[in-house]
Amino acid sequence: MDILLDIQETYRQIPDEAVGMIADQLELSKVDVEETISFYHFFTLEPVGKYAIYLNDSPVSFMHHRADVADAFVKELGIPFNSVTDDGLVGIWDTADIGMNDQEPAAIINGIVFTYLTPTKVKDIIQGMRDGKEVQEIADGLGAELDGPEGLRTMIQNHIHLKGDVLFPGYEVGNALKQIVTETPEEVVAEVKDSNLRGRGGAGFPTGLKWEYCRQSGGDEVYLICNADEGEPGTFKERVILTELPKLLFEGMAVAGYALDAKEGIVYLRYEYRYMKEYLEKNLQEMRENNFLGKNIVGKSGFDFDIRIQLGAGSYVCGEESGLIESMEGKRGEPRNRPPFPVQSGYLNKPTVVNNVETLCKVVPIILKDADWFKTLGTKESAGTKFLSISGDCKDPGVYEVEWGMTINEMLEMVGATDVQAVKVGGPSGTCIDPSHFGRSIAFEDLATGGSMIIIGEKHNLLKDFILPFTDFFIEESCGSCAPCRSLTVILRDKLQKIIDGNGTQKDIDELYDWARLGRTANRCGLGQTAANPIITSIENFRNLYEDLVKTDEEFLSAFNMEQAVAESCEVVGRIPNIKSH
Amino acid sequence: MNKNGKLYFEIDGKACYAEEGQSVIDAAKANGVFIPSLCHVEGVKAAGSCRVCNVKVNGRNMTACTTPVTDGMVVENDIPELNELRQAIIEVLFVSGNHFCPSCEKSGNCELQALAYRYQMLVPRFPYEFPIKGVDASAEHIFHDRNRCILCKRCIRTVTKDGKNVFAFHGRGGEHLHVVMDEELASQLTEEEAKQAMEICPVGAILKKEQGYIVPIGERKFDKLPIGSDIENK
Repeated sequence: MDILLDIQETYRQIPDEAVGMIADQLELSKVDVEETISFYHFFTLEPVGKYAIYLNDSPVSFMHHRADVADAFVKELGIPFNSVTDDGLVGIWDTADIGMNDQEPAAIINGIVFTYLTPTKVKDIIQGMRDGKEVQEIADGLGAELDGPEGLRTMIQNHIHLKGDVLFPGYEVGNALKQIVTETPEEVVAEVKDSNLRGRGGAGFPTGLKWEYCRQSGGDEVYLICNADEGEPGTFKERVILTELPKLLFEGMAVAGYALDAKEGIVYLRYEYRYMKEYLEKNLQEMRENNFLGKNIVGKSGFDFDIRIQLGAGSYVCGEESGLIESMEGKRGEPRNRPPFPVQSGYLNKPTVVNNVETLCKVVPIILKDADWFKTLGTKESAGTKFLSISGDCKDPGVYEVEWGMTINEMLEMVGATDVQAVKVGGPSGTCIDPSHFGRSIAFEDLATGGSMIIIGEKHNLLKDFILPFTDFFIEESCGSCAPCRSLTVILRDKLQKIIDGNGTQKDIDELYDWARLGRTANRCGLGQTAANPIITSIENFRNLYEDLVKTDEEFLSAFNMEQAVAESCEVVGRIPNIKSH
Repeated sequence: MNKNGKLYFEIDGKACYAEEGQSVIDAAKANGVFIPSLCHVEGVKAAGSCRVCNVKVNGRNMTACTTPVTDGMVVENDIPELNELRQAIIEVLFVSGNHFCPSCEKSGNCELQALAYRYQMLVPRFPYEFPIKGVDASAEHIFHDRNRCILCKRCIRTVTKDGKNVFAFHGRGGEHLHVVMDEELASQLTEEEAKQAMEICPVGAILKKEQGYIVPIGERKFDKLPIGSDIENK
């Protein structure tokens, strides 16, 4: 991955010669190397331009006038999206959620993030490019400021609106490490297990149990991976944690390293957060200098553990733990078949624990206080607090650390949201609820979420502006390995489009629902199993919206469009389609 | 429960025995039970990608090709719920490619077609996508027709030249993923290797050039007996 990243950043593409050289070096065929390259959004076989603009196109960005910004880019550059100017200077590309839902419209330009874009800012950016400025210089000109406690010069704002009980009060680096070295690794695992800490990435697997399984697998080499690939549209809490409290995360990783007898920890950082890599490395270096990482940590003989950062290259499914491991090994991020589980055979076929950023952070206060204290927070089945990334139609989008068990109504009041049509709990792969569910609580046992909360106001067209693009998102992000995930989602999207276009019948809604449910059992990984959730949960909770579109008693309506069907052949023979609708 | 050191398990109530480490699909075959699959190749690491071999293992949906047998395992295979799912997956594969059986050299030897017959697909419930795919006739002995490809990865996992993969995935997602052929390596394949590549392909995406229709349609493998019969009638 690092070789490909270096080449891409240097040459603004991965040229054919480079593909050939890599293939020769690794004794692979060229198509094998291209197999990996073509999997990732930010790797390209064609040049992306000296300045490559990746403008986020998530539904929330459209709530904040993304369309105007996109138009401004097209007008300024004189080229359509997904192309490069003739002189090779600027390329403009659509890109899926980049973790900036709280400050849209946002774009990544050569790894640097631009937020709150407006047509005026677009003019300045393009002018800066024509003047040959560095991208950081352009960002500075638009008000990039120091962010985070130790300085990260960026336009991004962290928007922490509620600091909870777990992560923020008086954290001092190193205390948890000093404490655990007086205990055995088994005791540390037992404490975490007793706390009922569950994975904060979304799936909610008990963390202590995962650690215990890994220890049971034995093996002399064990890896700890921190999953910082938050790709679920609408989440950005890891971004904030990584910026505000990187040392807390690294300390949590070292605690896990001690508990698992792992010597190496790896942070798999999504490419969208490329801008903070050097910042994180600086923090790692400071930890090493203070003996919180490296050899004989805090003076404990044999407690050796260090951390490196591995960048991804733009793929949602790499957030799935086995897809992430495949990606770390330099392959396509296709989730693996289970068994074996990563705790048995993961990275380089060694026992591997993959934990989410937030999860690892929460280990530290559990060690410093204790499991019983942690369990006093939250609910019986969901102990502790949860970081929520809240975006969409509300007064204060941003990050909130709340106790599990908060109801949706309470959440909406907290963020200043009124006239709410729907809340997408857990992002596209989660569930889409209507106000009759707003009394329910945010917890693993009720409304589970990895942190994404998208609030959709009454004025929006839910099906056209959210459910349809979310389905498109899954089509694009499917690794393509499983037939039903790869192809069924396309069928569902087309069926949904038929209904939205007014060509649907009652039977179409019923079929859409039945077909959508097929994927839940048929697919291998979480992406495939949840790809139809936007459709399934919106039919369950907003059937009226679908029914409004099919006000017809007819049993069948064709979506066939003769004019479209003959367009290509007419163009070839130079005729103008002349078809009267029947 | 063991007999001669073998693992005991059940498929739809039938007593079966398996070697340690054997997958459910291979063990089923050894016990005369057919579990359909379009991606599995015995002896090659399972891909678990076509999802047609979906069975219930102790009540849970699993792919039979990726799941090793454990002692006392209870497998459900030939039940309406699973057969319905398999039929749906087969229909998905039909509509997401361009499969015109009557004019295809693989007709009668095609596993997708044979499974469609076995699971009694009359017409797919889904609308045809008619996607625009492509053909690659650059290699001397191989004709690669992506219209018929079901992306099962069999060729990717088995066809090599000098230890290097001849076929690979390209792209990702529901609309851009396809299989590509390494031009240089593919052109080096011998006639015999091309023939083997054609045989490993469950459909008509990989064809050997220059020779076709030696066996007339109507006299081919699945024209005589439904797919799986050889396993069940053993």
